[in-house]
Amino acid sequence: MRPILMKGHERPLTFLKYNRDGDLLFSCAKDHTPTVWFADNGERLGTYRGHNGAVWTCDVSRDSMRLITGSADQTVKLWNVQKGTQLYTFNFGSPARSVEFAIGDKLAVITTDPFMELTSAIHVKRIAGDSTEQTEESVLVIKGPQGRINRAVWGPLNRTIISAGEDAVIRIWDFETGKLLKESDKESGHKKTITSLTKAADGSHFLSGSLDKSAKLWDTRTLTLIKTYSTERPVNAVAMSPLLDHVVLGGGQDASAVTTTDHRAGKFEAKFYDKILQEEIGGVKGHFGPINALAFNPDGKSCSSGGEDGYVRLHHFDPDYFNIKI
Amino acid sequence: MAAEVMLMNEIEAKAASMAIDLNIDFNSIQLPRGEDCGIVSDDEDVYHDDQLEFDSGFGNVIVVDNLPVVPLEKFEKLEGVIRKIYSQIGVIKEDGLWMPVDPETKKTLGYCFIEYNTPQEAELAKEKTNGYKLDRAHIFAVNMFDDFDKYMRVPDEWAPPEIKPYTPGENLQKWLTDEKARDQFVIRAGTDTEVLWNDARQSKTELVYKRSYWTESFVQWSPLGTYLATVHRQGAAVWGGANTFNRLMRYAHPQVKLIDFSPGEKFLVTYSSHEPSNPHDANRVVINIFDVRTGKVMRDFKGSADEFTIGGAGGVAGVSWPVFRWGGGKEDKYFAKLGKNMISVYETETFSLIDKKSLKVENVVDFSWSPTDPILALFVPELGGGNQPARVSLVQIPSKVELRQKNLFSVSDCKMYWQSNGEYLAVKADRYTKTKKSTYTGFELFRIKERDIPIEVLELDNKNDKIIAFAWEPKGHRFAVIHGDNPRPDISFYSMKSSHNLGRVSKLTTLKGKQANALFWSPGGRFIVLAGLKGFNGQLEFFNVDELETMATAEHFMATDIEWDPTGRYVATAVTSVHEMENGFNIWSFHGKLLYRILKDHFFQFLWRPRPPSFLSAEKEEEILKYLKKYSKKYDAEDQDVSMLLSEQDREKRRMLKEEWEKWISEWKRASEEEKLERQRLRDGEASDEEEEYEAKEVEVEEILDFSEEVLFEE
Repeated sequence: MRPILMKGHERPLTFLKYNRDGDLLFSCAKDHTPTVWFADNGERLGTYRGHNGAVWTCDVSRDSMRLITGSADQTVKLWNVQKGTQLYTFNFGSPARSVEFAIGDKLAVITTDPFMELTSAIHVKRIAGDSTEQTEESVLVIKGPQGRINRAVWGPLNRTIISAGEDAVIRIWDFETGKLLKESDKESGHKKTITSLTKAADGSHFLSGSLDKSAKLWDTRTLTLIKTYSTERPVNAVAMSPLLDHVVLGGGQDASAVTTTDHRAGKFEAKFYDKILQEEIGGVKGHFGPINALAFNPDGKSCSSGGEDGYVRLHHFDPDYFNIKI
Repeated sequence: MAAEVMLMNEIEAKAASMAIDLNIDFNSIQLPRGEDCGIVSDDEDVYHDDQLEFDSGFGNVIVVDNLPVVPLEKFEKLEGVIRKIYSQIGVIKEDGLWMPVDPETKKTLGYCFIEYNTPQEAELAKEKTNGYKLDRAHIFAVNMFDDFDKYMRVPDEWAPPEIKPYTPGENLQKWLTDEKARDQFVIRAGTDTEVLWNDARQSKTELVYKRSYWTESFVQWSPLGTYLATVHRQGAAVWGGANTFNRLMRYAHPQVKLIDFSPGEKFLVTYSSHEPSNPHDANRVVINIFDVRTGKVMRDFKGSADEFTIGGAGGVAGVSWPVFRWGGGKEDKYFAKLGKNMISVYETETFSLIDKKSLKVENVVDFSWSPTDPILALFVPELGGGNQPARVSLVQIPSKVELRQKNLFSVSDCKMYWQSNGEYLAVKADRYTKTKKSTYTGFELFRIKERDIPIEVLELDNKNDKIIAFAWEPKGHRFAVIHGDNPRPDISFYSMKSSHNLGRVSKLTTLKGKQANALFWSPGGRFIVLAGLKGFNGQLEFFNVDELETMATAEHFMATDIEWDPTGRYVATAVTSVHEMENGFNIWSFHGKLLYRILKDHFFQFLWRPRPPSFLSAEKEEEILKYLKKYSKKYDAEDQDVSMLLSEQDREKRRMLKEEWEKWISEWKRASEEEKLERQRLRDGEASDEEEEYEAKEVEVEEILDFSEEVLFEE
């Protein structure tokens, strides 16, 4: 089916997130306004105004009532999804790169970039049920390793936090003590900056994408490397189908290194791989800049991609897609 | 970082206080013989080989003899004179001039040593000043320091040379006997050079030999595929062997830049060019011709670059390689060089000029050999503003008899194309129109093998079309031309034979509006790849000229290089490192099916290993063609077996992967089940697990859209 082209952002996309029901799609971009869309027809539902810098990331609560966004303006904001009003603002000394609600939505993990003399850090905040009682306090702060942390997510039962970033190492931290539990193996692990990390629907395994032109699938509990998907271009975004054994990798040359001759040279396709056999099964073209964000609808019947070109493309899969045999 | 910088500063300060010079010239360090400081050379046979001459370290020192013997008072004056003479030729090293003095008489001894920066300068100084007359009584005798050493070592009595027992060499052609009849190719990517089998049946490659830093600039197969040549700072080397690649011979030639084999791979020509010490001089060029098997220098040519740059396209600076063009077919009998108003033809019996003199041709700018016969085609451009027409002539070697000549009028440029069997010669002539403002192109076609060499003129249907490419069918009678001015040019095919009249050229077809700018015939003829490189981004069209139909169209995005394998079964297209992206190569079948694709960053070279010509006679070949069906049955069966085996292996592999994956899944399910209650607690008891998530519920919602009251009249 023809993809739905959603033009609402004026700057490159940075992040995409479906709510649990799969009827809403939240998009973040380098312009300052996160936007919510109807995930079915791509109609714009509303925007969340208040940030004063590029918005890098967002997450939505399980009941689709609250949205949390992290921005380069050094704040993380909580929003009322329905009304678009700001509920609370956390202030940091450096840009916030990633946010995620924990299971139960009572905690959120936030990562901040290294900035001035500050090192990168992972913060855990308690999220109050009633936003009037919300406080600034951190439950836990982990001073990060060297370089930016591009993504931090919760492990099973909120007991661990998984982080990945510029130093190409995936780390698992203990949430109770803040201690480092595991590190990915240097030999088998990524060789360059990890740009993205996404969990499976049940949280049992996760997929990491890196500028070393590969994506790797890991076991969440043991940090065992299970699969590697190699591609021809740096990977900026990864997604896993909740329905079929498919993974999608998006990326392309760095925007500054894109050749001016032909859009095909940059490889701005979203590539589909068989999750088990690690073989490429197809691609979706369309963006004329690198793909920065990818997300699967929780029903697995559509997915969306956000590009450096400022567009969100919403793909409802054709019936053929569900019968791909390799 | 800061700590390191401090450290370096400290070292420097310390060194300065101790008056130690930290700027070490590593080349100046001379290790005692046999000492390697524990660093093992990666060149494993460096220890077995004889030390090469230029390794002794005094190659840049000359000895000047027959100087006047002067007392101490005149020492400085003499030194000044010598320094003046020798610093004109090159840069004398600091303290590089040493004139010994007799300790008793305090007089000079009549000789001195001069050390230059480079061996090239020393050699030049020797050449230029040997025999220099300082005055009547003092004629310089200049020698290389190393030569003294060499000649001193010659034993006084002749001893019979040791006769080494004969050891049979390896079969250097063993790759031709591959059971699966595969072909080899060499690739260079990053620092690695690999020789691989093209295993097209299994759609993959198989490694034959791999080596890092095998060459310092490029590799090259010899024309018959026996050797692989590598290029190093010290010279060139050739490699080969039955099952792997061993070094067979080295050819010392410092700073060699280019190499070229003779067609029968008997000789190797190496070329280097050296920066002159005086910037006004032209570069010095050294060319050596080696015997490939013995490694002996058969002849060397030295001179300034000017002597080797004549000809080419209007005297463009730089040497047009190869300087020496080989002729006379595979026997390597002759080679020739273009000079000013002459062509110097040498023969390889004595490595001297034929008849001791060059072939004089006024204003000759280009020549080319017939690929099979000792015939030269040469081109002389128009002279005297059109008074003397341009001319193409065919000259027989060694008799130097002109076989045929053709005058061409108002010609601006001319290119010669030989058909691979030497049967035809096509001369592409660009002519001025009457106004002289533009040019148009025509072809003069020579039939070399026919009596009196008839010439035919061919003009395109639209004679104003620009010619983009021209190519003869190998061993055949057809040629293809890409012509046209618009962005999508036309491609025409011609045959030298026509159905009713054998002696006429005829057009077969014209394909209109193709995205192509290069032609690649299969080595077996019949098939051709019409390629759109550069601006066309790598468009490929596989065309069958017998049937005049397109077999397939494809694209290898950004392809820079296309090469047929020597049998004409496969085509390789490659993107080399001129582009940053997509480096690697594709292997296609002759009819345009993509077989496999390999990506390699920093991809530099792809070269098929050439095959020597078949030993089968023409009759035998025909016979095989006749019974091809019978033979192919056997190979078809083999192919099927391979593909069966492959799918079997593939299935097995997939099954394993699936099983492994199932194991993970069950592991995850179990863990998830264990954590289920805990997870529910975290969500305040809300059922969270997937089974409950998509429960279909029917919810009826009543919404009041409008409310109004109406009074109904009772009747």
